[in-house]
Amino acid sequence: MSQYVAVDTVGVATATPDEKQPWAELGLKEDEYQRIREILGRRPTQSELAMYSIMWSEHCSYKSSKVHLRQFGEKNPRTPRLLAGIGENAGVVAIDENIAVTFKVESHNHPSYVEPKQGAATGVGGIIRDIIAMGARPIAVMDSLRFGAIDHPDTARVLPGVVDGIGHYGNCVGLPNIGGETYFDPCYQGNPLVNALSVGVMPRSRLQSMQASGTGNIVILLGAKTGRDGIGGVSVLASATFSETGEDDARPSVQVGDPFTEKLLIEVCLELFDAQLVVGVQDLGGAGLTCALSETAAAGDGGMHVDLELVPLRAKGMEPHDILASESQERMLLIVDPAKAEEVLARAHRWGLLATAIGTVTDSGRLVVDFHGQTVVDVPPKSLADEGPVYHRPIAEPNDLGLIAVDRAETLPRPSTDEEIRQTVLDMAASPNLCDKSWITEQYDSSVFGNTVLGAPHDAGVVRLDERTGVGIAISLDGNGRFARLDPYHGAQLALAEAYRNVAVTGATPIAVSDCLNFGSPEDPHVMWQFERAVTGIADGCQKLGIPVTGGNVSFYNQTGREAIHPTPVIGVLGVIDDVARRIPLGLGRTGDTIALIGTTSEELSGSEWASVAHGHLGGVPPKVDLDHEMKLADLLSRLAETEQLAAAHDLSEGGLAQALVEAISHSGMGAQILLPEGADPFTYLFSESSGRVLVVIPRGQELAVRTACESRGLPITPLGVADANTNGLHLRDHFDITREDIDAAWKGRIGARLGE
Amino acid sequence: MSARIGIVTFPGSLDDRDAARAAYLAGAEPVALWHDDAQIHGVDAVWLPGGFSYGDALRCGAIARFSQVMDTVKAAAAQGMPVLGVCNGFQVLCESHLLPGALVRNAHLRYRNRPARLRVETDRTAWTNAIEPGAEVVMPAKHGEGRYVADEATLDALEQQGRVVFRYLDNPNGSMRDIAGITNEAGNVVGLMPHPEHAVEALTGPSTDGLGLVASVLAHLSEGARR
Repeated sequence: MSQYVAVDTVGVATATPDEKQPWAELGLKEDEYQRIREILGRRPTQSELAMYSIMWSEHCSYKSSKVHLRQFGEKNPRTPRLLAGIGENAGVVAIDENIAVTFKVESHNHPSYVEPKQGAATGVGGIIRDIIAMGARPIAVMDSLRFGAIDHPDTARVLPGVVDGIGHYGNCVGLPNIGGETYFDPCYQGNPLVNALSVGVMPRSRLQSMQASGTGNIVILLGAKTGRDGIGGVSVLASATFSETGEDDARPSVQVGDPFTEKLLIEVCLELFDAQLVVGVQDLGGAGLTCALSETAAAGDGGMHVDLELVPLRAKGMEPHDILASESQERMLLIVDPAKAEEVLARAHRWGLLATAIGTVTDSGRLVVDFHGQTVVDVPPKSLADEGPVYHRPIAEPNDLGLIAVDRAETLPRPSTDEEIRQTVLDMAASPNLCDKSWITEQYDSSVFGNTVLGAPHDAGVVRLDERTGVGIAISLDGNGRFARLDPYHGAQLALAEAYRNVAVTGATPIAVSDCLNFGSPEDPHVMWQFERAVTGIADGCQKLGIPVTGGNVSFYNQTGREAIHPTPVIGVLGVIDDVARRIPLGLGRTGDTIALIGTTSEELSGSEWASVAHGHLGGVPPKVDLDHEMKLADLLSRLAETEQLAAAHDLSEGGLAQALVEAISHSGMGAQILLPEGADPFTYLFSESSGRVLVVIPRGQELAVRTACESRGLPITPLGVADANTNGLHLRDHFDITREDIDAAWKGRIGARLGE
Repeated sequence: MSARIGIVTFPGSLDDRDAARAAYLAGAEPVALWHDDAQIHGVDAVWLPGGFSYGDALRCGAIARFSQVMDTVKAAAAQGMPVLGVCNGFQVLCESHLLPGALVRNAHLRYRNRPARLRVETDRTAWTNAIEPGAEVVMPAKHGEGRYVADEATLDALEQQGRVVFRYLDNPNGSMRDIAGITNEAGNVVGLMPHPEHAVEALTGPSTDGLGLVASVLAHLSEGARR
């Protein structure tokens, strides 16, 4: 057929060595192109060139970050809990002798800016498939979102679309959204961050592998048909900085998600795993078939033969390189024993899901792809999957660091009268970063599966894993771009400490980390410096805390023109809790319960929410991190949860004590009578963002026990007052009162109002 | 022997396991039913769970109406078998004409998830007979297409015949006459948008009021058995 005459085959490539190829347009450097020619001993075919350009892109190969990410492996504490780690689709940790949990956070930043709804939706879909690929049933999602200024017109386009996309996908696929975070800062205006986390649970025996092993085994493509969507999405979108003029129309490159098909994929895959019908499995995400074929082949016996014309298509006239590069969503690749292939196809059919045998595992050591009998790809799979370029990008400390460090927020003018401080509490509560986020979280299902014990707005989401034993997990996802901008090493550790503490505050014991590293262009030595410092901070921090980094993702090029985002490492911490019935909630307990603060409040205002809200200021040195203290705090909280000696607890972070009280009062409907410690400066005490602090509510009669538990660990505890249902709102003795009505009026309904709803 | 409640799984059903838990916790035996199987395996009652059956293609519940299992459910309902439709299940019951009216896009055009306060308007149904009329219950309401609409004559008839089963106290979606759930003339088929299966444990739900629906159908079935 004439249609196929033009196909660039291996034979044609060998015969036409001098043919000009668009390697530069595909994002390859000249030396990379030459290396491909050396590997193959000829010029690559069009399909091969497309595959190398995708697999060697920043997004797939981690070529700029690899040399730094090694630290995670080198510094990771050894723990018997870790069943699968970095390099797998998602990290897997043991919960007990029977069950394991897998979780991962991943970015979908660029697509979410171009097409907010589909960009965010497919971000959720992608991370869910990573969880399935490990053998787990996905049981929850979470998201960390960053947008530009809330009153910028484009935020009104991006934010509702992103929230709609996350909600639509998660709600339809049937996963509870158990929390997350949303922040606004002008630095994210042209580069919003959409980081999605999913977590899944499995019997330990169901752990799956991505190996295409067993010569003669069948390669099956499961799920949606392959279309033109997302072609070049990875290489075009994620590996290039948006132009300042915004003229590039990248719209067709964003994939479209179908959560219904994803739901069927979940059910079919789990059925197949349980019946032990698959040898290997890999999801198709960024880089589609290219990535799945080369990774499974590289991880297995080393060879694979695929007949590409067997791939079910939803668009006409797709060429082999289109099929290989397509990022159509909701597809998985299965490696199946031929004797079981028929049953696999039948089970997929029962759920109405397409499943097609497209190839076989071979021992040739080559990934060979034929298209209507003509060979269009013949490469060593490891050269695509494992042997991509590695860059040692130049690193340079930014010149402005010294200037920033001395520009301390502690020297800014502050409110001094009681009335001014009172107004500051309300202004802060009403500010975009601190205000109530229920406009967002109400668009997400939180209770499907019936296992959500704590969801938004709690410090961490808590999910029951086993109804019989009550064992469960807690997860928190935290970042603070401002702190990381001031000091990427300690800023990253502050995010880690906060996520760790948020998990501990629920009574769970932190056991593992997943991270999403959002940065500007790696070609900028200052950005690479930030990246190196942040990675080192996380690796050192995790080593100290004794919890391993199990996986995650790097997102570079979050930059428009020369303006990079704040370095924004987002850290997900997973914890385990033996009995979810003993979790510690947010709130104020009962009338007469003691409100106390654990930790030390210093004058630390640089990088704080107050400095930003009141002065639009970012400078100075971020709060100190004390990981020893965090470990003692976590140990204390898990102990007090076990003995049920806390009625409530709440992490102090952005907005400090004032905001923690606002949230506890609004959430519980109770009032609080507070007396600040003698000699404390009310402003500092209320708004400092010193790390390592937790507001606790102690039931009557437990005060002494809790104090003793703190003192025996060397943790300072300061009684602040009592919870009281008859007090309306916040009574700050000798200073001011704020009624609950005033608190709610300031705190609630802000997001919708600012977006014009 | 405890009553057997069949819970249908359509492709895209999401709350089937949760409905099974609710049935189990209230003392019934949950039985899995499959959309493509006309057999309902001798169950005593049927629960159509929430979710997005067939991906909500065309309209919510529109395709499920034509499934094999629904032919049997419709026939059984006509014989008096208790049938409950929750959320997407309610939409399926309306599309199947087992209940009048329709569920359309929320007035505010967004999916919204909030605990809903409801008043139970009648105990004259198979699924509410153990609940005091006028009782206030709380269950999560979470949907994008939950605004109940019908023509005035239908609404008047529902009111006059006492077939409004649940009414919102804070209407979350613009439903006509604050209707959250209705029943058929015989009182054996009930549909509601809020989720009783997500209000069965204090640990995970806003209340345990959802258990009342299963307790009701168990009472209804045992009364039927005595007759």
